[in-house]
Amino acid sequence: MAEEAAPTESSPLRPGRAARFIPRSPVGWLGLLFVALIVLWLGRNLVADPSEFFSIFFIGLTNGAVYALVALGYTLVYGILQLINFAHGDNFALGGLVASTVIVSWFGLGGDPSTGAVVVGIAVALVIATAFSSALGTTIELVAYRRLRNAPRLAALITAVGMSFILQDIGLVGWGVSFRTIDPLISNDVAFSIGDVGFQWNKLTVLALTVPVLLVLTWLVRSTKQGKAMRATSMDMDAAAMMGINVNRTISFTFALAGGLAGAGGLLYFLHFSSIRYDTGFQLGLIAFTAAVLGGIGNLSGAVLGAILIGLIEQFNEGLPLWSPGSDWTRSIVFGILIAILVFRPEGLLGERTPEGG
Amino acid sequence: MADLPEKFGGRQPSRVGRFLGSGGGGTLDALPPIVRRLLLPAVVILLAFTYPTWREWFTEVPVFGGLLPGIGTAVIMIVFTMMAVGLNVVVGYAGLLDLGYVAFYAAGAYTAAWLASRHYEQVTFHFGSVGLAEDVIGIHLSIWLILPIAGIFTAIIGILIGLPTLRLRGDYLAIVTLGFGEIIPQFVRNADSIKGFNLTNGTFGINPIDSPGFGSGLGAIGLPESYQQSFDRANWFYWTALLLLVFTVFCCVQLRDSRLGRAWIAIREDETAAAAMGVPLMRTKTWAYAIGAFFGGIAGAYYASFKSGAFPSDFFFNISVFLLCMVILGGMGSVWGAIVGGLFLSYLDQEGLAKIGTEIGIQDVPKYSFGIYGLLIVLVMLFRPTGLIAERRHKRELEEGVHDESLYGAQH
Repeated sequence: MAEEAAPTESSPLRPGRAARFIPRSPVGWLGLLFVALIVLWLGRNLVADPSEFFSIFFIGLTNGAVYALVALGYTLVYGILQLINFAHGDNFALGGLVASTVIVSWFGLGGDPSTGAVVVGIAVALVIATAFSSALGTTIELVAYRRLRNAPRLAALITAVGMSFILQDIGLVGWGVSFRTIDPLISNDVAFSIGDVGFQWNKLTVLALTVPVLLVLTWLVRSTKQGKAMRATSMDMDAAAMMGINVNRTISFTFALAGGLAGAGGLLYFLHFSSIRYDTGFQLGLIAFTAAVLGGIGNLSGAVLGAILIGLIEQFNEGLPLWSPGSDWTRSIVFGILIAILVFRPEGLLGERTPEGG
Repeated sequence: MADLPEKFGGRQPSRVGRFLGSGGGGTLDALPPIVRRLLLPAVVILLAFTYPTWREWFTEVPVFGGLLPGIGTAVIMIVFTMMAVGLNVVVGYAGLLDLGYVAFYAAGAYTAAWLASRHYEQVTFHFGSVGLAEDVIGIHLSIWLILPIAGIFTAIIGILIGLPTLRLRGDYLAIVTLGFGEIIPQFVRNADSIKGFNLTNGTFGINPIDSPGFGSGLGAIGLPESYQQSFDRANWFYWTALLLLVFTVFCCVQLRDSRLGRAWIAIREDETAAAAMGVPLMRTKTWAYAIGAFFGGIAGAYYASFKSGAFPSDFFFNISVFLLCMVILGGMGSVWGAIVGGLFLSYLDQEGLAKIGTEIGIQDVPKYSFGIYGLLIVLVMLFRPTGLIAERRHKRELEEGVHDESLYGAQH
């Protein structure tokens, strides 16, 4: 069988960073052509209406920042357990629902609240949603995934799918079938302008919350002892255990971290899109997972890059005036990207090629 | 893990295994092997075909009589069971997690919709259509012809999806199939004007779809001209569905014991070892995909004909998980398991949950059906990973720990 031949990319010479993007097969060249066509399409739109283009660009960037928080959770867990944590998206939705309860029911924010109340309300909601999702993520790992760590990998994946449905129904029982909505809390006045394109406060807030979180996360994984333990565990669980790393605690910590990011993402999603429901997490989870795969699953910067690209692609597809397929096709396009990446470049844009990846 | 306590040990044949005649015992031993092997299936098939009759006897019995499914429900149960048995080939035999099986169901349903309805107003073509005037517009093939066409068409789609993706590792494959499972319904919803051509009639779906039947010639021996117009419509649909299910099960059992089936199981247990032994991985996996898709397509086409319509809202991701749940609950790789799991869960879905809800006084139970299925999946995976009716080999694999041992215990 021709397919059994080793992938052409597995040459013993490690190519340099730039060389990795030079295609080595006809399919690769086709992909490059496709990317070139997209760049042309974007360029044509940019020339036609620059201010429209940039306003769409900023919307995409902001959405991408929200996706990034969720995508990081997928990447963290995958990096350490090689498990696609299907329940992560629903954990995110539950975090958002908890945040909606805090903001709407406890603080009664809505209508036209004062700035102070908004800041306090959001801060409290952030803490509670983060803590909630963090605890939920850890609990799921403890109850379900830990027992299956030595079972065949599909067993854990199937369990994750089941967990996802359980969490959705918890959201359904707790918050009902209708969307939880909120009037925009943060004004959409222009914070600053580049040329004649304004960047509004509400988008700025999302970025102002996301960027520090990403920086702290990077520091945590790169520079702390706990981060070192995580990286060691992800490389080789048994070796890490022999070196005296408490593997179970490290994995719990990873799930707590991923859950916390999901909770924060849930709050931001609720603030940014103004509505959330029990099944929001399923769709968004798939989008975020696509983002993580696009960037290279297991790779933190990859997840952020992938999320921003997906956010941009979605918005360009729905918003650009010339030759865009339109919102009917957004999901197909996102999943099409997912399939294409998995088939042609399973290591993602920034990931390393692993022996099993191909 | 290697030295499990006796109660987990897989040495003795399971209770179900003995029941099915593999262990043997008592009077059954006196019978020749072929009779022993076929006795239970024959009894089950006989009971199933006479169900419409003996169901009547029990309707008066309290509680139990009320829980028996109606014939219309039974048709749906059988169609879903057929899909579960088909999915079992992919997931259970070959160990390829498919989260997009609903795409095959959709492809089958739309094949029936294209070839047996008034959708294509531009042409009038009849071939073996029953219960329709000769001048009704649209393509109208006989449903008996459409079932194999739908199966083959869907199998081709399965191959097309499989060829680029089956190289991928297990969990990546799951995601890719999930992606296809999401794209195909959206494509169906949006494909009502591709360059002005109405392929699927968008969100409205295509209906009515023609009914199966035997035409006017065979009325003398009691066969109805057209099921939909027949006097006991539900029964005819039921018996035909049952025949299709028996055909599916027969094929799947034969396949399991064939050269191909052994290759699937070898791949499931250890891909590298199978490849080293000369099993062509891609071809074998693609066959699993195509055959799983084939039965999904037939089931979809038959269901569309039964419901007399194909609608994009029928093809959600939930259905894929629902079918997977049947296979897992029954026991991955076990045909009997897929049948029992399929009948049980589709019964719960169609009637059971609503009836249980009424019994315990909570009307909302069906609303939470998927949470309940999710819980079932998780519980089965945690406490009985072999499913209710364990396939022998799969049970050994799970219980004796064929996989790599970890240095630290997960439980400690």
